[in-house]
Amino acid sequence: MTDALPVEARDDWAISVEDLSVTYRTTVERKPTLRKRLARLGRRQRIVREIKALREVTFEVPHGMVLGIVGVNGAGKSTLMRTVAGILPPTSGRVQVHGRVSTLLALGVGFNSDLSGRENVVLGGLAAGLSREQLEAKYDEIKDFAELGPAMDMPMRRYSSGMYGRLAFSVAVNMEPDILLIDEALSVGDPRFRRKSFDKMRELCGQAGTILIVSHSLKNIRKLCDEIIWLHDGQLMMRGEPPEVIEAYRRFLDIGESDAGGDDD
Amino acid sequence: MSAVAERKRLEDSLAADRTVYEPHRIGLPPMGPYIRQVWDRRHFAFELARTSLRSQHFNTALGQLWLIANPLLLGFVYFVLVDIVRSGSRGPEFLAHLMLGLFAYRLVSMSVKDGSKSVVRGGRLILNTAFPRSLLPLASVITALIRFLPMLGVYAVMHAVAGLPVGPHLLWALPIFAILIVFASGAAMLAAAAQVYFRDLGNLLPYFLRIWLYLSPVLYYAEEVPDRLRPILALNPLYPMLGALSDVVNLGENPTPGYMLWGLAWAVAAFVVGALVFISREREFAVRL
Repeated sequence: MTDALPVEARDDWAISVEDLSVTYRTTVERKPTLRKRLARLGRRQRIVREIKALREVTFEVPHGMVLGIVGVNGAGKSTLMRTVAGILPPTSGRVQVHGRVSTLLALGVGFNSDLSGRENVVLGGLAAGLSREQLEAKYDEIKDFAELGPAMDMPMRRYSSGMYGRLAFSVAVNMEPDILLIDEALSVGDPRFRRKSFDKMRELCGQAGTILIVSHSLKNIRKLCDEIIWLHDGQLMMRGEPPEVIEAYRRFLDIGESDAGGDDD
Repeated sequence: MSAVAERKRLEDSLAADRTVYEPHRIGLPPMGPYIRQVWDRRHFAFELARTSLRSQHFNTALGQLWLIANPLLLGFVYFVLVDIVRSGSRGPEFLAHLMLGLFAYRLVSMSVKDGSKSVVRGGRLILNTAFPRSLLPLASVITALIRFLPMLGVYAVMHAVAGLPVGPHLLWALPIFAILIVFASGAAMLAAAAQVYFRDLGNLLPYFLRIWLYLSPVLYYAEEVPDRLRPILALNPLYPMLGALSDVVNLGENPTPGYMLWGLAWAVAAFVVGALVFISREREFAVRL
């Protein structure tokens, strides 16, 4: 009835980011408290600092594409992921997402370390919008993939960081999302689990799903991704085929071919 | 006609799984979809309440005994204290009044206390998953409510021992508890949002809650308040709610319409303000944690 976009035009991208800017307004103080606020009254101190995490970034991700995101620490990669996941609001511009998103961000699942791995998986899944039945169906796969054994019923407080990462990775890849966001998760666990998660990632990348990967492992990202974008200082520096972008990024980093990506295996 | 309908259907199905994120850092998201999302994910709130009860050992007999013994002992301490101050003039019906008031008060105070921590505690989940954040304080209210239920059984015994009237008028307690729960939800959301901006509120809150208890008609009957203090105490939202509860259960009377309406007005106002403050700020929480 309306003259909106034709259906075909809407359908060919999974993620559309238009002129996206995200600016944090953080306070200089470590923890905001009422006491400090009262102490500041009448002193007119400027305590708010603006951090432009993303500046007018525009790109689209077609359905089924595996897109890698590279950039140095603080380039805005995690902010971009969180904005696409709907966790952080854009300051200007907009993000459109087609389908259900599953996130695997750096901090992983599990927010209450007093609860067991199992309880955290259930809580995280319910929060992400899955039903109890869906979770029950998925739970065994998640457990088997993570290979944590009896530790699944232990409080997550006792988990090592490797165990933590394994569970988080297992949850994210087994949720069968339309769009999978993976942040720095390819290098969790011991070499054997890393191999296994890399294989799983390759399997997922081969399927129809749309995937965004943030990683510092240029070797993995080159193998997995169809295209790569390079962020620096909140700006989109380059987008293109993996070899070109990685080449340019490496030149920018001024590191040699020999030791780059040597952290993988 | 059918082609148009078909196209409309297709557009609807596409729109259903399409999400648009636009700036509204401080401001309300579209309320229709927001409420639908809260409803869709209600199981998350129940599961969260269930796990936090389990971590308090609510599911074991001894753990539950402890959770019941704690307010019960507190009630006896208050009773002895008030009885001494009043030089031993108080009977078992006053004990029943005090216990019921205390249990109902704890329903609200625990919602607020636990709710105030709910968002800050959920930091990791908030940073990694998009969901309506108001589910976190609402789960605290559910936790407080489940912890309150066994206290009703304890109270029923006291009610019988004190020989207080039983009859259909007791049904008035249901709308009064509904009002208390609505009020507690609003207060919990407000406290949760405030805690994000002022982390030291957690230190202040126990004192505030203690004073609030003394200002509520728990350690005394609402009718006993001297006339010159009444306008001040009547500003306390819990004054009409707990006053009406005591009238109904303890005195066996129908509640005065004034108490009911005043309490209802407070509850609705607290819920609306709490929800508006919380929901309009909640997208900023991820940055603030």
